[in-house]
Amino acid sequence: MIRLEKRKQPSRFWRIANPFLAVALTMLAGGVMFAALGKDPLVAIRLIFFDPIFSETFASYSRPQLLIKSAPLILIAVGLAIGFKAGIWNIGAEGQYIIGALFGAGVALAFFPQPGWYIFPLMVIAGAFGGFLWAMIPAILKTRFNTNEILVSLLLVYVAERILAAMALGLMRNPDQPGFPGSRDLRRYEAAHNAELFANTGIHWGVVAALIAVIFAYVMMTRHMLGFHVQLAGQAPRAARFGGVSPTRLVVICLGISGALAGLAGMFEVSGPGGQVRIEFASGYGFTAIIVAFLGRLNPLGIVFAGLLLGLTYIGGELSQMMLQIPGAAIQVFQGMLLFFLLALDFQTNYRIRLTKGARA
Amino acid sequence: MILGSINPAVLMAALMVAATPILLAAIGELVVEKSGVLNLGVEGMMIMGACIGFIVAVNTGSPLIGFAGAALGGMALALLFALLTQALMTNQVASGLALTLFGLGLTALLGQQYVGITPPRTPRLDLGPLAEIPFFGRAFFRHDIVVYLSILLVGAVWWFLKYSRAGMILRAVGENHDAAHALGYSVKRVRLLAIVFGGACAGLGGAYLSLIRVPQWTEGMTVGAGWIALALVVFASWRPWRALAGAYLFGGVVVLQLNLQAAGVRIPVEYLSMSPYLITILVLVIISSGKGRGSLNAPGSLNRPFHASS
Repeated sequence: MIRLEKRKQPSRFWRIANPFLAVALTMLAGGVMFAALGKDPLVAIRLIFFDPIFSETFASYSRPQLLIKSAPLILIAVGLAIGFKAGIWNIGAEGQYIIGALFGAGVALAFFPQPGWYIFPLMVIAGAFGGFLWAMIPAILKTRFNTNEILVSLLLVYVAERILAAMALGLMRNPDQPGFPGSRDLRRYEAAHNAELFANTGIHWGVVAALIAVIFAYVMMTRHMLGFHVQLAGQAPRAARFGGVSPTRLVVICLGISGALAGLAGMFEVSGPGGQVRIEFASGYGFTAIIVAFLGRLNPLGIVFAGLLLGLTYIGGELSQMMLQIPGAAIQVFQGMLLFFLLALDFQTNYRIRLTKGARA
Repeated sequence: MILGSINPAVLMAALMVAATPILLAAIGELVVEKSGVLNLGVEGMMIMGACIGFIVAVNTGSPLIGFAGAALGGMALALLFALLTQALMTNQVASGLALTLFGLGLTALLGQQYVGITPPRTPRLDLGPLAEIPFFGRAFFRHDIVVYLSILLVGAVWWFLKYSRAGMILRAVGENHDAAHALGYSVKRVRLLAIVFGGACAGLGGAYLSLIRVPQWTEGMTVGAGWIALALVVFASWRPWRALAGAYLFGGVVVLQLNLQAAGVRIPVEYLSMSPYLITILVLVIISSGKGRGSLNAPGSLNRPFHASS
């Protein structure tokens, strides 16, 4: 009979190999799904994973899009991964992303139409602060009242979505176009515009911030005491407590960092690619970033690749919608399947399959 | 003045309808958590039930067959969760999240041709003279069958957990899986059954939304009901009747908020509609403040994976 045997040490090989295997399996299962939708699976998979980068016709548009979509995913996922490592589950990044965007846009709209070099840096600070503040709600409720941070952070996403709608329809609505919901277009306000830094590359300040965050997180997790504490708390919470790691401090730090990074991502989005505060502004980056964090093995460098891959599925999804009329939701299913396969495959990391002969003694 | 225009009997009736979806999902999740498993995929299973239930009901013309389909849909996702967490020993939190993300995507795909359709009407259960009683008739005895089934289910779960042998085994598995294993109970089988039951309940709750409460199918229509159900289990301290009380309390908040919207209170709709979430958080804070894991009455082995070493 078949049985699982726990490995003494998690297998390093499978830890690295599983994400690739999961992507391959997802492509396979995705192909079946596309076939069920009546589309040619090979064409669909090529359209999603290959054409956005290599096709002559689409690449000029979609190549810059890759960084635009991936940057917020990476920025958010890097922060989430630190918390996940410590066993602190911030799953409300979507809400922190929204509030960060509102804080950033709020600063911009307050200064409108003044010019000034200091406006954009102020928006950056406000965005990070907004996300931080929103993440502090579950953090403080957790540390003060022992309230479950998973539920609170998630429920706050719905609250943030309602605040976003209220702002788009009320306080932040463009006074020059009162008939339309939505704020002024920040792309037309030079001092607040998060413009492309190099033409046709898609690189804006958010991409730079994501890069800095990755390096910062990598150094922190591998070289700094705090990173060690995070790992310790995740793997052996009791040992961590005896070792003098304060759980309260860790909760505040982990939620604070991930909230601030999510807020930054929202701010860079609203002042650049998104352009304005609209009801439909939030596009699920905060949730997809959870998949990115896991697919990247909670490792900052892994997250870069995972973020690029998931960013690619967004662009490829749009492309396949345009070319093959594949519904947009198919990409969501795709992303969900990816996480499933990854989690399922991971049993190989911790367990070994043993075939034993005969019945049990 | 505004409140005066609301008929209390109608309010009570609306409250029961508003509470039923989350009550169904919460009572299922309560059993799951009592067996020591934390399934954060309630939202995903609910939306699955909402979607499958709607599709089946529209195609068969029978809401009851729709509800059966919804339960099966929820169970299918729950089985996936059970496979991951029980057979493949994956992290329960991550697997539950995956379930929710996957469910939201899959239903958006499955249901896209069903947007804007009206489902077959679920008839009111005919309770004869009871429905004619002044006040009480209007408030309590003019509902569809699912409302009564949900209350019966709460009673059944209460009896099952408290008095039946199987229920005690389930609780033993949830409180201390090592001890239960040593006694010879199959921890994984008990948990598998509990997870599947939870999926069926969540599916029913979702279908109640799409077939009766709204009644329509829209993408992502559960808008956090599954998460509120999860919070409700904590609020109820894992006790079935308290889950019922909590759900009705919550239903009251929702209905009051909707009535205030309709009455045209000078608060923007967006702020009123965030009140259910805020109140859920507030209640969570009150319930969990100043207490440890023990006094909260959480099952001892909740969210701890079990792997028999021999």
